[in-house]
Amino acid sequence: MGRKLLTEHINVPGIDTFEVYRQHGGYRSVEKALKTMTPDEVVEEVKKSGLRGRGGAGFPTGMKWSFLAKPEGVPRHLVCNADESEPGTFKDRHLMSKLPHLLIEGMITSSYALGANTSYIYIRGELLYVLRILEKAIAEAYANGFLGKNILGSGYDLDLHVHPGGGAYICGEETALLESLEGKRGNPRNKPPFPAVQGLYARPTVVNNVESIAAVVPIINEGGEEYAKLGVGKSTGTKLISACGHLNKPGIYEIELGVPVEEFIYSDEYCGGIWKGRDLKAVVAGGSSVPILPKELILKTAAGESRLMTYESLSDGGFVTGTMLGSGGFIAMDETTCIVRNTWNFSRFYHHESCGQCSPCREGTGWLEKVLHRLEHGHGNMHDIDLIVSVAKQIEGNTICPLGEAAAWPVAAAVRHFRHEFEWHVTNRQEATRPGAVYPGKAVLV
Amino acid sequence: MESTTAPVKPQFSEAAKAEIARLLTHYPDDRKKSALLPLLHIAQAEFGGWVSPKVQDLVAETLGLKPIEVYEVSSFYTMFNLKPVGKHVLEICRTGPCMLRGSDELTANLERITGAKVGETSPDGMFTLKEVECLAACGTAPIVQVREKYYEQLDSPEAVDAMLNELRNMVHRPLLPWEQTGLQHTQQ
Repeated sequence: MGRKLLTEHINVPGIDTFEVYRQHGGYRSVEKALKTMTPDEVVEEVKKSGLRGRGGAGFPTGMKWSFLAKPEGVPRHLVCNADESEPGTFKDRHLMSKLPHLLIEGMITSSYALGANTSYIYIRGELLYVLRILEKAIAEAYANGFLGKNILGSGYDLDLHVHPGGGAYICGEETALLESLEGKRGNPRNKPPFPAVQGLYARPTVVNNVESIAAVVPIINEGGEEYAKLGVGKSTGTKLISACGHLNKPGIYEIELGVPVEEFIYSDEYCGGIWKGRDLKAVVAGGSSVPILPKELILKTAAGESRLMTYESLSDGGFVTGTMLGSGGFIAMDETTCIVRNTWNFSRFYHHESCGQCSPCREGTGWLEKVLHRLEHGHGNMHDIDLIVSVAKQIEGNTICPLGEAAAWPVAAAVRHFRHEFEWHVTNRQEATRPGAVYPGKAVLV
Repeated sequence: MESTTAPVKPQFSEAAKAEIARLLTHYPDDRKKSALLPLLHIAQAEFGGWVSPKVQDLVAETLGLKPIEVYEVSSFYTMFNLKPVGKHVLEICRTGPCMLRGSDELTANLERITGAKVGETSPDGMFTLKEVECLAACGTAPIVQVREKYYEQLDSPEAVDAMLNELRNMVHRPLLPWEQTGLQHTQQ
């Protein structure tokens, strides 16, 4: 049983209230940071912890913080990215609705470290009920002197606000999120300048995921070095994994990084195996944007070793043969899954969610969806299979933001490992389009 | 087309005005445009579940913006309905993880039971069906969101019936974002 740093008290009745949260050790990190540490010392602890961004990119959080420009007289901001919309990912919604004070505590400690006096939580608009939970918790934090002027007599001031989005996956990209927070369409900005130099209202800004900010709480409480003892190599600490698809026990699991993928899928402590006694076919390990892997490759690395739930092990062999830990959105597919249909579904998602700013993405995602639709529905030809790989390649690397890659990788990986299944849809149209039809062959392990 | 529920010259209620005044304190004085998305949510809740051009003009006027600045934003985000909707908007998640657990069947059943196709409102004006992309509840798929409430694990006819009956029997009034809804949320 691994340690639970974020979710240890998640099932305590009333833990969403200030009083109960405080009884279980809540807000200690704020007291420790504001009373005994300088902002730079807080940043230093986060660096020592080795914490990597939990939103998907995995960039070291402490390093991101140290990039923040600090010109005199210019306000700085911390913005929490709570626009969780990656298919397969639902951990932040769970964390915020059950433990709102954990996020608020993390926001206060992190804002202090960054010298921000006004911070925002940008939450996806669909989660209006979570916004209400957060607003109630924020009001409690103000009433108890943890927000507002001169917090705990330290001389540090902080205002914290929640801001709802309007329903757009692209706003999870940090610069699109900032545009949206400024009341505009969520079109990603050209970088540089990066948000650390010119972010919200052209002021220096750090944008961090909900889980990254929550993780600052145990890091400050226990010390960065203690935190770094958990996990394997450069994948330190714990991570929330949202497991879904054809599993016996889908749900949210806090794991110590380094758990073998096989154990995560099959042990009763975690997902309890594949539903209905079926066999596993494939896994998308880090949210819909990361490459799909057939069963054999998700359980073993390219070197034949047991694959672990770490940033490094999952991407072993690069993004083409390997995959990514990403946001921890773990989607399992059983042997009855049609890979062509699944790939088409994901392409439809990216076509729908492309902001339309860059031509390769705006046009390319439409092409991918259109061609995959005709392959899935028995109207495709062999040339179409090469066509989608070619379109995916032309999107990749040619857009302002990573939505292009997110749309391209799943298609390229699906064709790489399941090409025969695509071909079967062309050569056996009637059989392949029958409801419930499944390609009888195996994946290609390349 | 004009709404039958929104007045010709829409005005925010006093409660909405108070909430808008509170929201405006969250942003710098010269950055009031930041409040646009929260205001559109309030407007949609206040004026019958959709934002007509006149309602959007009111939002623009409230924030000192040009109407086009509101139109270009309301048309970008999927949560804002630009034409009239039924009493309940059923947002059916159709993305990968929901599809793996049966969202295609769920959509077909809802179309059959309500008599409305996706994008349409049922003949009795009760339900508008809308397919949406990922609602961040993949662990309890398939799911439907109705305003703020998530109906999860809708993988049986009984679960679908229970949801529709609850909605049919609900006394309808616009749910304003700043009010307590009285709806209980299922939690995973």
